[in-house]
Amino acid sequence: MADLAYWIPVGPFLAFGINILFGKQVKHKAALISIAASVLSCLLAWPLMYRVASEGHALTGDFVWLTLGNHPLHFGYLIDPLAATLLLVVTLVGTLIQIYAAGYMHDEARFSRFFAFVSLFMAAMLTLVIANHYLLFFMSWEVMGLCSYLLIGFYTEKDSAANASKKAFMTTRIGDVGFFLGLLTLHVAIGTLNFNELHEAVHLNAGHALLPMAALLIFCGTIGKSAQFPLHVWLPDAMEGPTPVSALIHAATMVAAGVYLVARSFVLLEVFPQVMPVIAVTGTITAFMAAFIALTATDIKKVLAYSTISQLGYMVAAMGLGSMMAGMFHLTTHAFFKALLFLGAGSVIHGTGTQDIREMGGLFGKMKSTAITFLIASLAIAGVPPLAGFWSKDEILLAAHDSGNPYIYFILSLTAFMTAFYMFRLFILTFLGKPRNPHIHAHESPALMTGPLWVLAAGSVLIGLPGSPWMHHWFQNFLAGGHHASEHVVNLRVMGMSVGIGLAGILLAVVIYARGLGMAERLARALRPFHTASINKLWFDEFYDIVFIRPFKAVARLLFRFDQQVVDGLVNGAGRGTGGLSRLHQLFDQYVIDGLVNFTGYFTQWWSAVIRRAQTGLVQNYLLIVFSGVILLLYFGMH
Amino acid sequence: MNVLEFLVNSGLYVMMGLALLAGLGAVTMRNLFHSGLCLAFVLMAIAGLYVSVGAEFLAMVQVLIYVGAVLTLIIYAIMLTARLEAPETAAVNSQVLPILIALILFLGCMLPALIRVRWPVTESALQATVSVTSLGQALMTVYIFPFEVTGVLLFAVLIGAVVVARKDRDA
Amino acid sequence: MSLPLEHYLIFSLLLLSLGIFGVLARRNAIGVLIAIELILNAVNLNLVVFSRTVSSTPETGQIFAFFVIALAAAGAAVGLAIVMAIYRSRKSVQMQEFNLMKW
Repeated sequence: MADLAYWIPVGPFLAFGINILFGKQVKHKAALISIAASVLSCLLAWPLMYRVASEGHALTGDFVWLTLGNHPLHFGYLIDPLAATLLLVVTLVGTLIQIYAAGYMHDEARFSRFFAFVSLFMAAMLTLVIANHYLLFFMSWEVMGLCSYLLIGFYTEKDSAANASKKAFMTTRIGDVGFFLGLLTLHVAIGTLNFNELHEAVHLNAGHALLPMAALLIFCGTIGKSAQFPLHVWLPDAMEGPTPVSALIHAATMVAAGVYLVARSFVLLEVFPQVMPVIAVTGTITAFMAAFIALTATDIKKVLAYSTISQLGYMVAAMGLGSMMAGMFHLTTHAFFKALLFLGAGSVIHGTGTQDIREMGGLFGKMKSTAITFLIASLAIAGVPPLAGFWSKDEILLAAHDSGNPYIYFILSLTAFMTAFYMFRLFILTFLGKPRNPHIHAHESPALMTGPLWVLAAGSVLIGLPGSPWMHHWFQNFLAGGHHASEHVVNLRVMGMSVGIGLAGILLAVVIYARGLGMAERLARALRPFHTASINKLWFDEFYDIVFIRPFKAVARLLFRFDQQVVDGLVNGAGRGTGGLSRLHQLFDQYVIDGLVNFTGYFTQWWSAVIRRAQTGLVQNYLLIVFSGVILLLYFGMH
Repeated sequence: MNVLEFLVNSGLYVMMGLALLAGLGAVTMRNLFHSGLCLAFVLMAIAGLYVSVGAEFLAMVQVLIYVGAVLTLIIYAIMLTARLEAPETAAVNSQVLPILIALILFLGCMLPALIRVRWPVTESALQATVSVTSLGQALMTVYIFPFEVTGVLLFAVLIGAVVVARKDRDA
Repeated sequence: MSLPLEHYLIFSLLLLSLGIFGVLARRNAIGVLIAIELILNAVNLNLVVFSRTVSSTPETGQIFAFFVIALAAAGAAVGLAIVMAIYRSRKSVQMQEFNLMKW
């Protein structure tokens, strides 16, 4: 029965096949096909979750993919609590987003192609979640990268979209190279890449010199895919894609894959004292930096993008601090409220026609569903109990507090403050106050779009509860399975601190933005250096452009000239050479061959001219020769 | 050997030598007439030698025909073609040197052969005498055929010489 | 036989050589004919001498010599007739001028 797991990614993959091949025929039914496949996968996930939860051990199965020499490669599924959780999250959120997209993308000409790509993405993500082998994981990782590229650049007529998709692909590629090198190194060190064997193999070879290097390299994949510092630059640009794409891929699921990688590799990463701090610090820096930039962003989707980066930083930091469960918990809750925030933003864009929050305002009355659900999500992300975000964020802060490093705790707390602030800045500016642009006539989105919003809102409220003390931290224990039986102490002081920080942030936002932008602008002038740094996104893109991109392009131009002059020159030279050679040949034929023939004639003539002198016509000459012959005969006769 | 024999032999040797000298003269003299006369001397000397070997009839024939007819003919011819002979013209042509070399080689080959070979000299041949009778008999019986053919040949020669040598009729 | 055979033979050989010299080297056509006579006479002498000493039929050589003489005469006649004819047309009896068969 567990082999049903194989069907989970197959459904979406078939949907991809149908939509891409028969797109023109199916037209708008493509959405139905994709959603059906997604629902099917979701339905398959529940029984598996139940089994894992009840039996307490993982479900596995594999088959031989191919045989390299003596080593057969076993691919298959590993459904442990980790995988089961993420499976549910992905299928649920994915299905809801696809339903939303059926409404959002309704007027789009390439409707079926959109759903084809989304289905392919789902198939890849689901494969990644249940994969039991690093290579299969990596393969799905790459396919997801491809889908991200295709979907970011979906609006092919926009140059900015094409550039953004390229940027996303290139930046994540850098991480992927590190990831693959890490896989190779890992294989060299422990001889296997199978998740089942990982735990044992790592402990067996813990002394291997290359193992820390492998761990760090594998983490590079996460840095790329989950938009950590310094490879975060692609995520804001990825907002060029359609909003459902931003919700699905760049908020809820794909970017979470990097975090999932850390979770899967946790047994490898936690062994080394030099690796975990790197992870924790990276996550912390990312979280703080992104929040800082989000303070001044004016595009509704960009704010959310930086928010995503910041929250991903939280997850990574949690993992780095040793609490894999806190990270996964936050991943789960974040999927719900971030997806909700993006879909809500999409609804706002759909209703107002703009993405600039300075143009918006006073939408609360006109877009009730969107506004209320957006508020719920904002409260969740700010960490207001009893909403989901509070529980998971609190776990992370707890881990930070307990790690013994005061700086990380301080920075993460400060970031929590900033998170609450910018989210409510966003909410207030978008929905409250007076409309700032008289030309915008806002209207609510259709039910197809608002329906999923409400479902996600429910999730944002409830999904945190399984991890809360009220349910005795069921979620954490479930994730721990048989590996780590840790105690969960409720630290009321930390909890209180995090609530306080959240409320403080909200308060500040209300104070500053309650009467429109005026006060904000005065503050911006007062804090000019900070404001400039934030609004310029800390100049990351400019830095990368100068240091990496321009030299790279210069080298590319050089190589192009090389190709043109040297390689083409060689080819042309070969052509001219052949021409010259043939000319040589012709000359040879003309002078040598013909010369030989002519020479034969001349020689015959010359020789005959020489020989015929013997015909003197004088009898006495002839007689002399006869006599000489006679003498010769005499000599030969006599001796 | 007695004195007579000695005289005869020495005379024969002298005749041989003179004949050789005359032969040399016959082939090297610029003046053809002198050359012809030298030839005559050689022919006479040959006749003398014929006598010394016992072929008297032949000697007579030699003198009569060779000296008497052939030589005369040659003299006629010389006289008839004498006008264009310029005394300055050399007697021999340009290929003298190769001829001399060839002749030396020839002699170098033949002379030793002649001297070394033991000729099968038979006493009976030496003792035999040849008379005119025996010659005539042989000619008419054994050698009748060549005899007749020679006759025909001479006839043809007669006509042929006349035809060749006569003036062309004005055509 | 008065003299030893070899002496006659040597003599006729030398005479032959002289005759050959004359045939090959003489500029005048008639001089060539004279030299031919020399050759024939040398041959005749050889024949007679050999038949006298070696042959069982001594007259063979002499008869052979007769025929040679006859033919020599015939040859001389025809040759001189030809010389006459050539002399008439070319006004010369110099051998080097008879090169009509030259290349």
